[in-house]
Amino acid sequence: MEFNIAKSINLHDVVCPMNFVKTKVELESINPGEILEIFLDEGEAMLNVPRSLKEEGHKILKVIPIDGMYKIIVEKK
Amino acid sequence: MNFTGEQIERYSRHIILQDVGAQGQKKIMEGKVLIIGAGGLGAPAALYLAAAGVGTIGLVDGDQVDLTNLQRQVIHFTPDVGKPKVASAKEKIEQMNPDVQVVTYEEMATASNISGIIRDYDFIIDGTDNFPAKFLINDACVFGRKPFSHGGILRFDGQTMTYLPGEVCYRCVFKGSPPKNAVPACSQAGVLGAVAGMLGTIQAAEALKYFVGKGELLTNRLLVFNALKMNFRTVNIKRNKSCPVCGEKPTIVELFDEEQPVCDLRKEKE
Repeated sequence: MEFNIAKSINLHDVVCPMNFVKTKVELESINPGEILEIFLDEGEAMLNVPRSLKEEGHKILKVIPIDGMYKIIVEKK
Repeated sequence: MNFTGEQIERYSRHIILQDVGAQGQKKIMEGKVLIIGAGGLGAPAALYLAAAGVGTIGLVDGDQVDLTNLQRQVIHFTPDVGKPKVASAKEKIEQMNPDVQVVTYEEMATASNISGIIRDYDFIIDGTDNFPAKFLINDACVFGRKPFSHGGILRFDGQTMTYLPGEVCYRCVFKGSPPKNAVPACSQAGVLGAVAGMLGTIQAAEALKYFVGKGELLTNRLLVFNALKMNFRTVNIKRNKSCPVCGEKPTIVELFDEEQPVCDLRKEKE
């Protein structure tokens, strides 16, 4: 399934909590219902950022593993 | 307004808050706060508002830094003794956060200058140390429809309320300055430095909440605390129909300067 990506952010090597801070800044720059693509490292980043996104009510549409990283597709609340 | 990389880092702990976020931080950065009195209350308020990235901070104070100020006026340091308080505070704010624009007014707020000064600001903080100034700020903010935070401290006690246009004003609750004999003598007028910090910080938090637009302000409520017992309570307050400034038949229709009994200790020094 193809997603209509409004913005994309690469958070490779960005640690907690700055990875979530940067995600929030990007999310707040798009409209509700639009889609943000996030590249996250496996490990702590993957454990925390998606969970925080859900806590704020955003919808995670897809998680795609890409060599040691993950691509997260999020729909803004 | 877009954040720089540095701003995202500097304000990350605000942005991360669900009730602030990037939008809330932008509102803070567009905000203009006037702090009247760069002393016990104004010092901590200015420091936290500067750290928060408030766009413009105005400082009104005609005094110079005195050695006796340093026990609680934490924006002033020992080498600042003798400097105008507004200059000393401006230096610290600029070192702490170059994002903040500081405007100084090296004068006391009076009936003739206050309206012109508050006009350019979104939120006013009363950090003054005397009743005439507190009532003057109230009346000017009621007339100018400006939100403000009232604050007062003495010994271990503090009180604060937040005025919004159309809501309870300071004079609804306290009609005017207390009689001279009800004001403590100078020898009794000590204050725990940390109490000033507690109250000034509450005032800063109110200003930030006002910009972010989340939560409940201390509007129509008076917060009183005693740090000796560490007891806090809020008292609900109502608009007073016979309030001399915002009531149905106001008797105060223009600003005025009230004579204030100057403390003998202060008089000697000045």
